[in-house]
Amino acid sequence: MTLECPMPQTEFDIITLGHGSGGQLSAKLLQQFVFNELTNPLLATQHDGAVFEAHGTLAFSTDSYVVNPIFFPGGNIGDLAINGTLNDLAMCGATPKYLSLSFILEDGLPIQDFWRIIQTIKRICIEQKVWIITGDTKVVEKGKGDKIFINTSGIGFVNAKASLSAARVEIDDCVMVSHAIGFHGISILSQREGLQFETEIKSDTRCVSSIVQACLERYGQDIKWLRDPTRGGVATSLNELAEAIDFGISIEENALKVDGLVKGACSLFGLDPLFVANEGVFIAVVSPAIAEDMVLFLQNNKESELAFILGKICADHPKKLTLKSKIGGRRVVTKLLGDQLPRIC
Amino acid sequence: MKYLQEFADETLVKEGIEKIRSLIKHPWKIMEVCGGQTHSFVKYGLLDLLPKTLQLIHGPGCPVCVTPSSIIDLAVELAQQPQFILCSFGDMLRVPGTTMSLLEAKSRGADVRILYSPLEAIKIAKENPLKEVVFFAVGFETTAPANGLSVKQAHREGVKNYSLLSAHVLVPPAMEAILNDSEAKVDGFLAAGHVCTIMGYDDYEPIAYNYHVPIVVSGFEPLDLIHGLYRTIYLLENKSNIVENAYARVVTKAGNRTAQALLLEVFEPCDRYWRGIGLIPNSGLKINKTYQEYDAFHKFSLQIESAKENTECIAGDILKGIKKPFDCKHFGKKCTPLFPLGAPMVSNEGACAAYYNYAKI
Repeated sequence: MTLECPMPQTEFDIITLGHGSGGQLSAKLLQQFVFNELTNPLLATQHDGAVFEAHGTLAFSTDSYVVNPIFFPGGNIGDLAINGTLNDLAMCGATPKYLSLSFILEDGLPIQDFWRIIQTIKRICIEQKVWIITGDTKVVEKGKGDKIFINTSGIGFVNAKASLSAARVEIDDCVMVSHAIGFHGISILSQREGLQFETEIKSDTRCVSSIVQACLERYGQDIKWLRDPTRGGVATSLNELAEAIDFGISIEENALKVDGLVKGACSLFGLDPLFVANEGVFIAVVSPAIAEDMVLFLQNNKESELAFILGKICADHPKKLTLKSKIGGRRVVTKLLGDQLPRIC
Repeated sequence: MKYLQEFADETLVKEGIEKIRSLIKHPWKIMEVCGGQTHSFVKYGLLDLLPKTLQLIHGPGCPVCVTPSSIIDLAVELAQQPQFILCSFGDMLRVPGTTMSLLEAKSRGADVRILYSPLEAIKIAKENPLKEVVFFAVGFETTAPANGLSVKQAHREGVKNYSLLSAHVLVPPAMEAILNDSEAKVDGFLAAGHVCTIMGYDDYEPIAYNYHVPIVVSGFEPLDLIHGLYRTIYLLENKSNIVENAYARVVTKAGNRTAQALLLEVFEPCDRYWRGIGLIPNSGLKINKTYQEYDAFHKFSLQIESAKENTECIAGDILKGIKKPFDCKHFGKKCTPLFPLGAPMVSNEGACAAYYNYAKI
């Protein structure tokens, strides 16, 4: 991997407890790795908090990111921490603007790894035009953390045309998914100790904010509900919607788009792609009148070129998610209970 | 996907089901032996499409489900000792023992690792020479060869801190036990395709002959299952108690000779207690004398206690086909995959979990 910027000279090649002491080592690390790299006028004040003006309707979201391994095909924990919160804001119909960024580092984390993660964060912030405006760094003893934990919170400005709420969902609305599913979960699984397998499957971690905003501009209130199906996958998100409305949700297995490699890995491990995590996909429930047009619109975008209509809102089986299997049988799809565990044979 | 998609073709499935409808003249009870088959029946919604005169009985072919809690207790006990690293397959971790599951032991600090291949455990043993690495080996004749191979590899490479806690079980003795049970009424069997891939199907011929039941080797995709059912019903209607292969794209009569030789080299049959069913003579595999230094039972002087199974769980009746998961008063209430009372609710391939996860509408 080529780094965008060479790493500055440091006295240590690993993070030590001293880097979290609040003293000189901390100050130097923050200056070289955070303030210099993620620079913007609000961060530059180096105050305990950021002070800024805001006008309009705001969306606010927070999330903590823990992943093992921290580097995986298609990205690293930095991608997840920034894209994850940006996507949560996007699902509120908001254009993200400001982020907080907090690290909990484990004693012994290679400085080079921290640098790579910072560079990833820097790249996404530039691409998405968002500012890191406040943050924190703590170091915990070895064994008390898992290399690096990241928390981000974000503030975004809600699009005036957006009106997103489960309460607006009606019978015959279409359930659309923005891309093929299952990439992230399987890419992580392929790297787990003991389950490693050779694959080209990459995580789909990406920010979907731009395409969501483009859709909201174009279709406004015809988009009624948005959700990014991360942990627990599409089935869990749709179950949450089903519980929130008085209708049923009916989906078709034949409509589902799953990459051949992801499908193969799922088949091998006994996993259901409907429950596998995604990090760059969103589900939209939209009016039937615009559904076809929106699918085509999404398909014209590289990052949503496999957008598809998965099913619809229906009167049958209220509060349940049902699936028509590829051979025509119908069954209920329940929420994921614990982790999906690979099966024996 | 090649060889999967083609076997789930909606039109062909419908044609197959129509053929079954016109063939079946009597109410038959057919047991699919393997949990993978149960999973497919329920996942694809096949149960609703089949004629009501055909009753499917979900057999004991989920290795996780039939592993007795006493062996799980031993695995938990080992895992809780600091010098041990306990490795196993993913779905084994959630099965409750009498005190806790391996997953809970892990949360309480035990070093428990999920592996997909036992050969990974050898790697872990080499990386941790001061620890004892135990692979909790569960499964039928399908997983036993790979686990046997890990023993051979450890032996060849001189890895001394590796052993196998073998809870392997064998399919044909379990089928005989079910046929010997006066309560269980099975007219015919779908034999487990994966097991037959390894073992062939010679062993089933005496069973078909002695107990007067047709046995048809079947695969796992919808068309495989329909083909298997069609042939079983055909044999039943024609009173032909023979063994047939309806999974010829994978299974041969002789099976995989190399894998069989490996099993013979490393293991020997032993009596085994099956959760929910009881003791079945010669239905398990233990490591033989030649390799006993890799047998965790021998190495750590472990004894299988006769554990008390949860009396609220009707696993035995489910596994013998006497009752359906829906017949259990705790199904989906007190007993869910998150808090299973008994093993069939744990693994994806357990009959109860299959019904729970892919419940009928």
